[in-house]
Amino acid sequence: MDIIQIVGLGLVATVLTLIIKEQKPMFAFMIAMITGIIIFLFLIGKIAEVIQILERMAVKANLNMIYLETILKMIGIAYIAEFGAQIVRDAGQGAIASKIELAGKVLILVMAVPIITVIIETVISLFPS
Amino acid sequence: MPFDVNAIFQIAGIGIIVAMIHTVLKQAGKGEWAEWITLLGIIIVLYMVASYVSDLFQEIKRVFLFK
Repeated sequence: MDIIQIVGLGLVATVLTLIIKEQKPMFAFMIAMITGIIIFLFLIGKIAEVIQILERMAVKANLNMIYLETILKMIGIAYIAEFGAQIVRDAGQGAIASKIELAGKVLILVMAVPIITVIIETVISLFPS
Repeated sequence: MPFDVNAIFQIAGIGIIVAMIHTVLKQAGKGEWAEWITLLGIIIVLYMVASYVSDLFQEIKRVFLFK
């Protein structure tokens, strides 16, 4: 029952944050950040198992590994950007958080360009010239 | 549970103690010392948090980016 532990951890961290916030807001922010990191570190183990299974299936299906790798990188960028943006927004800097999200979207788009090119070339090659 | 929850309690403890020392020093009329203590506590906590952030980034790189 991992979810119970995570919810308990979140509740304890919230109480501690509320206690500290009156005296030192900086420490409250640090507690919130480290709680997020710990929960994320816990989740990333599970995500790794799922990714290994996906990889095995891709190898069995004779899929080109470049595509799977690109998709995994996109998921990684999305996770990191979301995490950073949420923490920054929590600290009250909504503008910087929006810029982080924008950067994540642009970087994902850049990674998707080769795949889009391949698709368009394939479609064009289907037309009789 | 693979992660250590102790870091949260450590940071909360440091925060409470620093706030206490800050109050005591201020009552004793040493305002400048109180500020330095606060700065020291923040640096210590920042070091801990930075090491955790580095941990997190390494793990994300291992899982997602470098196959």
